[in-house]
Amino acid sequence: MLSFDQLFKTYADGTRALSAITLDVRQGEIVALLGGSGCGKTTLLRLVAGLDRPSAGAIRLDGEVIAEPRADVGVIFQEPRLFPWLGVAENVGFGLSHLSRFEREGLVTNALVRVGLGGYEKRWPRELSGGQQQRVAIARALVTRPKLLLMDEPFSALDATTRASLHGHLLALWQESRPTVVMVTHDVEEAVTLADRIVVMQPKPGRIFDELDNPLARPRDRLSPAFEAAKREALRALDRSLRDEAPRQEKAAETAGMWW
Amino acid sequence: MSVLDIEAAAEQLVARPATGRPRYGLAIAGFVLPVLLAIIWEVLVASGIANGRLMPPPSVVGRTLWQLSASGELLTHAGATLWRVGAGFGLGALAGTLFGAVTGALPFARSLLDPTLQALRAIPSIAWVPLFILWLGIFEASKVALIAVGVFFPVYLGVAAAIQGIDRKIVEVGRVFRLSRLAMVRRVLLPAILPSWITSLRAGLGLGFMFVVAAEIMGASEGLGYLLVDGQQLGRPDTIIAAIISFAVLGKLADGLLVAITRPFLTWQDTARDKL
Repeated sequence: MLSFDQLFKTYADGTRALSAITLDVRQGEIVALLGGSGCGKTTLLRLVAGLDRPSAGAIRLDGEVIAEPRADVGVIFQEPRLFPWLGVAENVGFGLSHLSRFEREGLVTNALVRVGLGGYEKRWPRELSGGQQQRVAIARALVTRPKLLLMDEPFSALDATTRASLHGHLLALWQESRPTVVMVTHDVEEAVTLADRIVVMQPKPGRIFDELDNPLARPRDRLSPAFEAAKREALRALDRSLRDEAPRQEKAAETAGMWW
Repeated sequence: MSVLDIEAAAEQLVARPATGRPRYGLAIAGFVLPVLLAIIWEVLVASGIANGRLMPPPSVVGRTLWQLSASGELLTHAGATLWRVGAGFGLGALAGTLFGAVTGALPFARSLLDPTLQALRAIPSIAWVPLFILWLGIFEASKVALIAVGVFFPVYLGVAAAIQGIDRKIVEVGRVFRLSRLAMVRRVLLPAILPSWITSLRAGLGLGFMFVVAAEIMGASEGLGYLLVDGQQLGRPDTIIAAIISFAVLGKLADGLLVAITRPFLTWQDTARDKL
């Protein structure tokens, strides 16, 4: 289980990025952090990844405080962040250097097949399209079989078709080992497609505004009325989170609808 | 640009090395102008229209080159020059890499060392010659030192800038995979700076050849630079041009050797290199 306990993060310039975040994430659950820009969702993810330290409070994974990157936590960033000097297979196997060459190659080949890139082992990252590169990044994060997978808007730079197919790949991979997933997104549809629970965050200071359970069974049909209803509910919560910030400024409320 | 377009472009990139034929044609095109000029000059001198005493025709230069190489003189001179460039380049590149790495990686070292090094860089390197001759004598040491100074600065600047320019995002990936300090250097930082380092080495090598000429003109008993001065004093422009051609060939060969040695490490960006 992943638990956030009264988490605060204040940057050196005084920005209060996170305030009193308390949240429990069950093993194997997919949680989407949804919110407008500047609500601290990326900051929160970086704290879980151990890339930054909280100002106060703690994040625990199975009771252990996270203070630095852990071997059983995988991260997928907004950009693919592949190593351009390594081939596709070496990129995917980057975190497996402790294994024998034979074991590594087996795992890498399998992971690449799962993201639909079988046979791409010897390609260079620059030869791949943006969507293919992000798939390599997904394979790289999942090949180590992490207990917890963190994703920071991993599909936001991709077109709608590529995004939808990557959602499918991701869910297929997730079903294999059922890691806990915490993902940051500003896309309501993405949150409803993937998440079991949607945590809506609010900016200045970044805090949790609302939590929505997503009861839809998988596989989810994007065109079903239930999906539409869940989407509307999430949108409404997001809207409220932005309106509550400045209730009297009508202009701000109008433009708030376009924040994501 | 749609995914399909990008994928198609990627296919082309992969396919390109196989279709090298048009590029050979382009490489030959580069020879047309110099060869044409050489032929015109040869004809003009042979037909008596031009005198050719101060600018000898290609045939005379060719004969001089042949004589110099047949007598073994050219080899001696080229060998002396190459030895000086090699030693100076080795020392300068080593020092430049070390200082560049230290100032690039440690902010404290940067504030401590960089202003002084930048001030030294502002000195035209030739200005060191009298001092180096006083300190190190008129023989090899002062020449090698001058070349090393010339090589040092481009390598130093290149390495320091490359280290500061390393993408923080990609270093973070290394942190996520919990690389030790050593592994981070070996698996992330070194590969990341390698292209800029090699470019700076090539720039340094070019300067090394520039400074070996200066060093040899100032006083040497052998070396291609000596051959230049010798040709001037004996009124033999063909010798001077033969030495210049030798410099060009040596410089190009040395650069080609450096590129060939480093190419295996840079295959991942060879299409970018083609555009240079």
